[in-house]
Amino acid sequence: MKPAPFDYARPRDLSSALSLLGGNAGAKVMAGGQSLGPMLILRLAQPEQIVDITAIDELKQAEISGDELVLGACVTHADIEDGRVPDVSAGAMRSVAANIAYRAVRNRGTIGGSLSHADPAADWVSVLAALGARVTLRSVSASRQVSLSEFIVGALQSCLQPGELVAAIHIPKRSATAHWGYVKACRKTGEFAHGQCAALIDPDVGSARIVIGALDAAPVLIAKPAELFGGRVDADYKTRFDPRVADRLLNEAGVTDAVHRHIHLTVLKRALQEAA
Amino acid sequence: MHGRIDQHQASGQGVGARLPRKEDDRLMRGRGQYVADIRLAGMQDVAFVRSPLAHARIRGIHVPEAYRDRVFTAADLVGVNPIRAVSGLPGFKISEQPVLATDKVRQVGELIAMCVAPTRAEAEDIAAAVVLDLEELPAVHDMLQARAPDAPLVHEHWGDNIFLETNFEVDISAALDAPIKVSREITTARQCMAPLEGRGVVASFDHRLDQLVVTTSAQMPHINRNGLAECLGMDQGRIRVISPDVGGGFGHKGILLPEEVCLSWLTMRLGHPVRWIEDRREHLIASANCREHHYKITLYADRDGKLRGIDCEATVDSGAYSSYPFSACLEAAQVASILPGPYVMPAYRCRTFSVATNKCPILPYRGVARTGVCFALELMLDLVAAEAGLEPSEVRLRNLVQPDQMPFDNITNKHFDSGDYPEAMRRALEAIDVEALRARQRRGEPDGRRIGLGVSIYCEQAAHGTSVYSGWGIPMVPGHEQATARLTPDGGLELRVGVHSHGQSMETTLAQVAHEMLGIDVGNVRIILGDTAMTPYSTGTWGSRCAVMAGGAVATACGDLGDRIKRIGAKLLQQDVADVELIDAEVRGPNGSVTLREIAHTWYRRPQDLPKDVDPGGLDVTSGYKPQRDSGTFSYAAHAAVVAVDPDLGAVEILDYVIVEDGGVLINPMVVDGQIFGGLAQGIGTALYEEMPFDGAGQPLATTFADYLLPGPTEVPAPRLDHMETPAPYTRFGVKGIGEGGAIAPPAAIANAVNDALRRCGAELMRSPITPHRVVEAVIAAQGAGRAAA
Repeated sequence: MKPAPFDYARPRDLSSALSLLGGNAGAKVMAGGQSLGPMLILRLAQPEQIVDITAIDELKQAEISGDELVLGACVTHADIEDGRVPDVSAGAMRSVAANIAYRAVRNRGTIGGSLSHADPAADWVSVLAALGARVTLRSVSASRQVSLSEFIVGALQSCLQPGELVAAIHIPKRSATAHWGYVKACRKTGEFAHGQCAALIDPDVGSARIVIGALDAAPVLIAKPAELFGGRVDADYKTRFDPRVADRLLNEAGVTDAVHRHIHLTVLKRALQEAA
Repeated sequence: MHGRIDQHQASGQGVGARLPRKEDDRLMRGRGQYVADIRLAGMQDVAFVRSPLAHARIRGIHVPEAYRDRVFTAADLVGVNPIRAVSGLPGFKISEQPVLATDKVRQVGELIAMCVAPTRAEAEDIAAAVVLDLEELPAVHDMLQARAPDAPLVHEHWGDNIFLETNFEVDISAALDAPIKVSREITTARQCMAPLEGRGVVASFDHRLDQLVVTTSAQMPHINRNGLAECLGMDQGRIRVISPDVGGGFGHKGILLPEEVCLSWLTMRLGHPVRWIEDRREHLIASANCREHHYKITLYADRDGKLRGIDCEATVDSGAYSSYPFSACLEAAQVASILPGPYVMPAYRCRTFSVATNKCPILPYRGVARTGVCFALELMLDLVAAEAGLEPSEVRLRNLVQPDQMPFDNITNKHFDSGDYPEAMRRALEAIDVEALRARQRRGEPDGRRIGLGVSIYCEQAAHGTSVYSGWGIPMVPGHEQATARLTPDGGLELRVGVHSHGQSMETTLAQVAHEMLGIDVGNVRIILGDTAMTPYSTGTWGSRCAVMAGGAVATACGDLGDRIKRIGAKLLQQDVADVELIDAEVRGPNGSVTLREIAHTWYRRPQDLPKDVDPGGLDVTSGYKPQRDSGTFSYAAHAAVVAVDPDLGAVEILDYVIVEDGGVLINPMVVDGQIFGGLAQGIGTALYEEMPFDGAGQPLATTFADYLLPGPTEVPAPRLDHMETPAPYTRFGVKGIGEGGAIAPPAAIANAVNDALRRCGAELMRSPITPHRVVEAVIAAQGAGRAAA
């Protein structure tokens, strides 16, 4: 289990990194290596060139700008867990970070790397979609911003184009009246989840962003969340939750195995129950 | 004898002392030396081309021209014999495992070619460039399907896929009219053993000694040498096998590997050292597996829960080849002899099948067949209890062998040497407080989870010797175990033993035995093991045999050395040998004493001071040992588990775990605690996590630790331990083997606890591991059945 040969560069500024990426179709970004490392070793990934972006200061910045938090792609899970970066999620992101894999993974793993890998069971993929985050994508010639749901297009698939990388993540400030619930089912501590749900519900304005992850496809952002609660999101949403609707939505999302559906439904139900 | 134990317990170093481990100073500082730590000048790395298919005919192996001298196939290995592990049991069919595949591959991961390069990465590049032309054949990966008449054949000339069928019966007809009859099918998953350190080999040739030197991560180096000599057609004297520090074995390191044979051949061909270090993917995909059993079992009992008989058909998936030296039949054939366990019954029938499939060979894993047997029988006893309306523990108490029956020959003629099994169960029940638990169950849990209690009890036959193993007729039969005890010129003690230590703490416990015999400080005792050139022949470390066999051998050799020491000491003291004693590392007579150091100095450095009639054998003794009866020691334990089951997510949490264990006299109770903790962790793995699934084409699906789950610290609770110490009647010091027991009972106890928790919702699990998916599936099925019934 040794990687196939590759070239390695660790540029100090973003423009050098983007030039390397833009100039080599076989280049791959490494932002912490917690997923890419094993893929290299198993030879599932055989890039010609690794561009390690962890020496780029610009990508490690974290600041509140207006109504949103902007995190550089190379902010680590541990940075968030330990409170080394500002928070606009009223603690939600910090508690999510603290339960990602193991501490050793959190020390090196980055938020941008996790999103780029696009594992449907990864915590940030669902959580940031529920929080309504957007990502800034950069290439040598362009910069664009997309929502999380636009960014993750399938299991292990993002909308990143050749030469493009995730530069920053923008997380909107959580409203004071919004409830947050996040539940995941893992076979053991630190493992990837086999059931996962993130819910941001604001009964005061009647909105809900509910994301079901750990599917065989991209996480599902429930398009009409009010359906789950008999047509409206209100203060009594917990008691109005209709599991039959959720079951149908899961079926439509491709969860045809009754046991899997039961587990996802249970996780969804508990995320709603725990929302506060 | 016991007087001496008492005396040396005062020193805190003898038999019974909780002595900190001598080996930890080296191992805990990261100074252990494992195969992968070895660096030899000119050494190159090997990577193997392995079969990507479970069953295929090899039409061609295309090696790029540039790599012609770096790649070797079966065609190059002229004169190398296949691995043959034959059992003498009647009807056993022989498999020949070529060390590099010849005409056919029979499992994913089978070796096809070896590639050598200055680094492993480059060797893997070469391996990736070799192109295989394979004609895929239908594969059989399900052992029950493999028994069917129309199944694809793993070894065509057999005509079927059965390595061995065995039948054992004692009057089953007498049980058939029993009022309680429960039948089930029970399955245990295929597992990998997953020691921290995988296998690894460094092979080189010592021209001075005209000797092949094979350094390998192995439990049984002398047996490896037997196997290498047979495969390579070399004299044993031209082969030295060294097994350095070994990071866990569990049985996985007890087999001769084709890789060991390949690298031995390769170093002789190339003239420089070569190395292969097993990586985790190779371990999971291509190395030996374990544990995969299927039972069709019926228990017969009277209304009061008394067992009338067991009728069982057991199938074990032995994989493609018979592994050396344990063979493909040891697991299944043992099932028949150990299934009745410590229970008394008048009727019994068991038919077993060792089945060949297109999967890795199966190998005995800590607990060997016992873990599956315990799982099957103990789950069934809970069903008998439910039918009889009794507490599950009560059924055990009514059927266990009683202390006044000891020694006891059970229905399969296993000779239970000593112990009080019901007492172990009673103590476990008391510790768990069954009544309080039942009350809690009635109240229910605020979080909606369901609580369950499970018990299990087992016996562990250990250190079984010649009379047991000669019957199997496999390539290895243990005889007398030998040890060499040598006093150094400065009065230190060197012990040479043929067993190995890879977590068993032999460096500590054998030093304690030596202290017990000679009074020498354990700090002055060095244990030399893991090297055929330096140690007496031994079948090695397996079968929980080291404390009994190597401990007994060390005691015997130290006793004989002590006699020589006393004779020299008596001469130096000018006393009759009958008038001196060896106490606290000195020979004491009526008028004075002389220390071991002085005696050693005289023998080696001042022989002129020795009397003319001194024993010329000197202070270097090799002696052998066997217990008075070699049918094995029987240690045992009662396990009790309390779990909380989340019926909607299928999650199982272990809330409490009690183990009451009897391993006879304990040489070092702390070491025994450690063995039990480690075994429990592996038992929890079997119960809840570990499984190697295969797809329809025989492809292994858990190829990394992301898919093959092992329990970690957060999944293993701290158990509450209680020791009973019933001395073994036939062994030195009364010790029994305990190395495997911790891994035997947990799957049964945990599964029984889960089933107890789910009984009221009608769900039942008869398969390990108990995964969230299986729990939820069972709960949904029970709800469906409940609705249908309503």
